[in-house]
Amino acid sequence: MKDNDVMVCRCSDVSLKELRELIKEGYHTFEEIKRITRIGMGSCQGKTCGNIVLRELSMATGKNINELNMQSNRPPVVGVKLSLIAEEADRDEL
Amino acid sequence: MSYSADVVIIGAGISGCSIAYNLAIKGIRNVIVIDRSYIASGATGRCGAGVRMQWGTKMNCLLAKESIEFYEKANEILEYDRDVTFYQGGYLLLATTEKEISQFKENVKLQNSLGIPSKMVSLKEAKDIVPHLNTDILLGAAFCQKDGFLDPFLTTDAYYKAAKRLGVKFLTYTEVKDIIVNNNKIERVVTDKGDIWTDKVVNAAGGYSKNICDMVGIDIPVYSDRHQILVTEPIEHVQGPMVMSFSMNLYCQQNPKGPFIMGRGDDNEPRDLRITSSWKFLEDMAKTIKNVLPPVANLRVVRQWAGLYNMTPDKQPIYGKVDEVDGLYLAIGYSGHGFMFGPLTGIIIAEMISDAKPTVDVSLLGLNRFKEGNLILEPSVV
Ligand SMILES: Cc1cc2nc3c(=O)[nH]c(=O)nc-3n(C[C@H](O)[C@H](O)[C@H](O)COP(=O)(O)OP(=O)(O)OC[C@H]3O[C@@H](n4cnc5c(N)ncnc54)[C@H](O)[C@@H]3O)c2cc1C
Ligand code: FES
Repeated sequence: MKDNDVMVCRCSDVSLKELRELIKEGYHTFEEIKRITRIGMGSCQGKTCGNIVLRELSMATGKNINELNMQSNRPPVVGVKLSLIAEEADRDEL
Repeated sequence: MSYSADVVIIGAGISGCSIAYNLAIKGIRNVIVIDRSYIASGATGRCGAGVRMQWGTKMNCLLAKESIEFYEKANEILEYDRDVTFYQGGYLLLATTEKEISQFKENVKLQNSLGIPSKMVSLKEAKDIVPHLNTDILLGAAFCQKDGFLDPFLTTDAYYKAAKRLGVKFLTYTEVKDIIVNNNKIERVVTDKGDIWTDKVVNAAGGYSKNICDMVGIDIPVYSDRHQILVTEPIEHVQGPMVMSFSMNLYCQQNPKGPFIMGRGDDNEPRDLRITSSWKFLEDMAKTIKNVLPPVANLRVVRQWAGLYNMTPDKQPIYGKVDEVDGLYLAIGYSGHGFMFGPLTGIIIAEMISDAKPTVDVSLLGLNRFKEGNLILEPSVV
């Protein structure tokens, strides 16, 4: 398989080729790559693709994976419906 | 490392990158932009990135109009290899009180006189524009199709790349620690990676603008305020415009790719530099959205985040030189709407530095207005 056939991020449609080109252009952190491609911002919030991005960054920069930062974890970890939050809030006020 | 530069810009957000690009096209290319993190890591990369021409003062209307007209052509002008994805679905401003209605009418008159194609719309027209809007709670609305939003990170990246091609140097992951002033003149900028000799510094440090001014002993009446924002799961595209209400403290847009993005301010926020997320914001947001755009409340929240608004007493930016230190320029205090002024910020500051005639007169926006008590009264800020 060629790089551009391999999907790194299924949620946001990013191929391995695109990822490697960005790293080559000099974008060397997860946060930058995420903001350009939306990688890791899909419905799984990077649970699937995050580690692949780190591995590629590690290979390109020679840094150990442990030294590289994953994107920040932001609440809520699983999706909650806004209407449910609103109902809970109204109940608390009774 | 030790460098020298004609101009050092502190902050690589939309302001710093736009200023750098505009200096470069004027031929001032020995410019260094410093950021303690990566490009657009501050408020810029965290913002709603909505842009609107619907303002209540002539100056703001012109700043926004010219900026939006630039954004319409940004891909071509900046020769960008990606797409800043400018989507002009309009802004629908909701009125819930008679006072808001008469204010909007006045604004529309002013806007039209400046060539801005805004108009008042009836509740029925508002519903045609946004079918899922709860018009029962409204009295009317104003609409301008030219308003919209774009990708803040890619837009800044476009300026960054264009400036870099023209010879501007960017030092990312480099923090400014001090600015050395001698006889009221700037001598050098001290960073954690070494000194940069220069006699001109632009403070474009966003939420940290006060810290930079502290370094040269200037006390500015500016503080930073946390603003939160959230994004939902994507659905099919059903909402063209940004829906915004001053009285209900809400803005909500749908990205053409599907997710809804919404935010609101909170006057009870502590005035510090925190950018973590809170549960209270989620609750207030959920209740407001259920009231204004009921079906949107059925969507799941996938992420929430926060950034800093750099606030001034009249919620208007501060542009220009200061009396106390020669060579210092301010481009700060956007109070939550600095992204939409980005293109003009760059043009104006570059004109000031090169002593050129200003494209839009912003002499009212100097730091001295606070001392002199000449605050700007702009009725249309969130
Ligand atoms: C949640 C939210 C929603 C928003 N929505 C909108 C909107 O819809 N429309 C709109 O127009 N505006 C909006 N804004 C406001 C907008 O984001 C800002 O006004 C604008 O991005 C300011 O850009 P800037 O380049 O001046 O500052 P920033 O983007 O904050 O950049 C300042 C940079 O300076 C760097 N820096 C600071 N101190 C130092 C130091 N000592 N050394 C080195 N670097 C330093 C920081 O790292 C940062 O990258 C919103 C803001 C927030 C938080
Ligand atoms: S696979 Fe990348 S966000 Fe889900």
